[in-house]
Amino acid sequence: MSFAFEKRKTVSKTAIVAVPIISFIVSLVLTGILLVAFGADPFSTFAAMFKGAFGSGRALTETLVKAIPLMLTGLGVALAFKLKFWNIGAEGQLTLAGVAASWVAIYWSPWLPEPLLLPTLILVGCAAGALWAGVPALLKTRLKVDETLVTLMLNYVAILISQFLYYGPWRDPKGFGFPGTQMFPREAWFPRIAGRAHIGLYLALVAAAVLWFVLNRTRWGFELKVIGNSPRAARYQGISVERNILLAVLLSGALCGLAGVGEVAGISRRLQQGLSLGYGYTAIIVAWMAQLNPIAIPFVAILMGGLLVGGDQVQMVMGLPSSMGLLMQGMMLFPMLAGSLFTEYRIKKITGTQARESARGGA
Amino acid sequence: MMNETASEASLVEMRGICKSFPGVQASDDINLRLERGEVLALLGENGAGKSTLMNILCGLYRQDSGDVFVRGIKADIRSPRDAADLGIGMVHQNFMLVDTMTVAENVVLGMPSLAFIPDMAAIRQSILELGERYNMTVDPDAYIWQLSVGEQQRVEILKQLYRKAEILVLDEPTAVLTPQESKELNAVVKRMQAEGKSAVFITHKMDEVIAFSDRVMVLRKGKVVAEKVTADTDPKDLARMMVGREILFRVEKAPFKPGAVVLELKDVCADDERGLPALRDLSLQLRTGEILGIAGVAGNGQRELSEVVTGLRPVKSGGISINCVDSTNKTPLQIIKSGVSHIPQDRIAVGAVGDMSVANNLAMKDYRSAPISKGIMLLPKRILEFARKMIGQFNITTPSPETRIKFLSGGNIQKTILAREIESCGSLLIAVYPSRGLDIGATESVRKELVAQRDTGKGVLLVSEDIDELLSVADTIAVLYDGRAVGVMPTEGADPEEIGLLMAGVQPSGKESNS
Ligand SMILES: Nc1ncnc2c1ncn2[C@@H]1O[C@H](COP(=O)(O)OP(=O)(O)O)[C@@H](O)[C@H]1O
Ligand SMILES: [Mg+2]
Repeated sequence: MSFAFEKRKTVSKTAIVAVPIISFIVSLVLTGILLVAFGADPFSTFAAMFKGAFGSGRALTETLVKAIPLMLTGLGVALAFKLKFWNIGAEGQLTLAGVAASWVAIYWSPWLPEPLLLPTLILVGCAAGALWAGVPALLKTRLKVDETLVTLMLNYVAILISQFLYYGPWRDPKGFGFPGTQMFPREAWFPRIAGRAHIGLYLALVAAAVLWFVLNRTRWGFELKVIGNSPRAARYQGISVERNILLAVLLSGALCGLAGVGEVAGISRRLQQGLSLGYGYTAIIVAWMAQLNPIAIPFVAILMGGLLVGGDQVQMVMGLPSSMGLLMQGMMLFPMLAGSLFTEYRIKKITGTQARESARGGA
Repeated sequence: MMNETASEASLVEMRGICKSFPGVQASDDINLRLERGEVLALLGENGAGKSTLMNILCGLYRQDSGDVFVRGIKADIRSPRDAADLGIGMVHQNFMLVDTMTVAENVVLGMPSLAFIPDMAAIRQSILELGERYNMTVDPDAYIWQLSVGEQQRVEILKQLYRKAEILVLDEPTAVLTPQESKELNAVVKRMQAEGKSAVFITHKMDEVIAFSDRVMVLRKGKVVAEKVTADTDPKDLARMMVGREILFRVEKAPFKPGAVVLELKDVCADDERGLPALRDLSLQLRTGEILGIAGVAGNGQRELSEVVTGLRPVKSGGISINCVDSTNKTPLQIIKSGVSHIPQDRIAVGAVGDMSVANNLAMKDYRSAPISKGIMLLPKRILEFARKMIGQFNITTPSPETRIKFLSGGNIQKTILAREIESCGSLLIAVYPSRGLDIGATESVRKELVAQRDTGKGVLLVSEDIDELLSVADTIAVLYDGRAVGVMPTEGADPEEIGLLMAGVQPSGKESNS
């Protein structure tokens, strides 16, 4: 007797929900084994992590602070991935949008009417993110240049641009030489909800709902689905593949950009070192864990935010490296990717002489 | 456990073979014998389980139960290499050649006995000798992509002969050939037979059974329904056994009453993927209430013809008009909106989206307008309603409208595409090889549907390589050769021999029509 994978005819609804949960549990077990190897008690460590992430009002708001950019970049990345456009440039789109928003906050505020300041800052930030994603999208659709490399390289360009600005021309003259711009005027701050959690949370939740609606309930979403599955079929159906990829990637960049706007206007209130803690990369994990489903992304982002915050806590309480949280994030991806197999396939038991896998290539 | 001696045993014997795939029993307790020097035809509709059975013999699939004996000895065939060691070779339905390598390289590719640095000169020489012996010459240094489908098939056969295959399995080999090429293939098979080799010949065409085989085994839904000596049977008898009911060989149609011109091509030139001329000053005319059949061997501009008309390929010079409106180099969407429907050659990759549901595939043209959408919004409930209606109307067999279309059989995928294109058709339907690879049941319903469209006053452009299909369905036949229409004739009184010659590039007067 042996087992074989068999492709499912329809994606299992149970599996879609069960897989992330089981993957999470598997990653807990794997991390637990690792903790034991470190000589730490896994149960008290997990308890400390959980408490650090969700155990108090302050913990909760700090988790949200990290979840907000993860939600937005996760949504952006997921949209692009749906079209098989491998945007791994969320980090750069976020950073450049932070730069653009800072520019508006510092240099436009003197003459821009106050009520227009926040909307303008958001729009300009999103536009910068869209621009940064638009470059590789244009290169891909016009010249078939591989987007993976271009989006990745543009991350470094964006980070260097921001460094140049806050070390150079934009550095705060009264900042005792610290790298960073001056504080934004109050009108350019994102209002806060609780602790440091800001209205970016509402924006992210609305974005998730809107994105879900667009993808599942509009004609454009239907077209994107066809393009993502088969560009040749899309072209034959009269759908403009290049134009729609470009539009969707611009939107993807804008969402990632909104994350950057939230970081500068909601958290640091200035442009400075450490604008992003690698959110743009973690976004890729978030998007995959949520199986590119916009509704699942906020939940996964909160979980990931919790891991980051809880990881810091573990360091303080248990004396373990704070990279424990990062480690767990990584550990989560493996069971997740393995698990996604089960939404597409199921296990079939084989008896008798059929000792080997049943599905192999052939006519 | 077996005490038969090699001399009285069959060359190949398969006993009680069972094999199931999710939801289908592809082989159901099959017993098969093949004798030395014999050609056995495996006849069956699409999905009857012919390929599956032979894939088991050739080590691509593993049976769930049952045994295979070769030369009287129980054989455990776990891979194509095991099969090759037993002298079994298969030419698959979809060729398995590497496009960017030469004929000689493909012939020896993957041979375990191949030296680290192969002696290509010797290999080339033996390929030429084999070609000579079987009268099927191929240039050993040509790249696969440069070859026609017929030539590629020769490479596949040479590959097996080079490996000294004693038992050759040919899976629907004639599907891609012209009538002339089929005759040549028949000669090759006969030649092999004279040398004492054996063959299993898979087909769903009755006349080929008669032409190629000594014995025939008919499969239906994974079961053997008949086994006969070919000489004791006839096409009608075979068709009945294969389908399990009587089949109409001719399609009923109303008298031919052509109306206004729907489609006109004037001196159209276009290139293929490689930038080589594919259509050369092609001029054609199609009227309402007419089926214009395009005959020709695949690769003579059929694909490009359908693509220039539907806006998928640029026209370099010349002009196309649809309903007397210029449509040269319009976008695919503009052409769809002018009432053109298209059943593409490549069903799986172009005509349908494999990972989307049957319902979504059905809605893929009509999603742009009410009732499926409302403004920018899509109404999923309406998609399902629409799909249920289409599934009923066109007899599509699917577990549910939400099943991903790639799990349907070829015939049902084609019916789905047909349903969508007919439903959204305004005045012109372009059908490219619409019945290719379908069994007679499905072919019959596709042909009836095309004729029904013509009878309601639409123009139908039917590209086909099956002369019988064109003769029974089309009103006018144009033969495409090397991107040109080399003959346009009414179907009434058309001579199949003449069409065959035109397809091969020979003018009936006897002189070669070449560029
Ligand atoms: N690899 C596979 N996975 C799942 N189903 C398969 C596979 N191969 C064949 N089938 C199914 O088995 C049946 C027989 O297929 P096949 O042997 O290809 O038929 P034929 O060659 O007679 O047209 C069909 O219903 C087909 O869908
Ligand atoms: Mg087959």
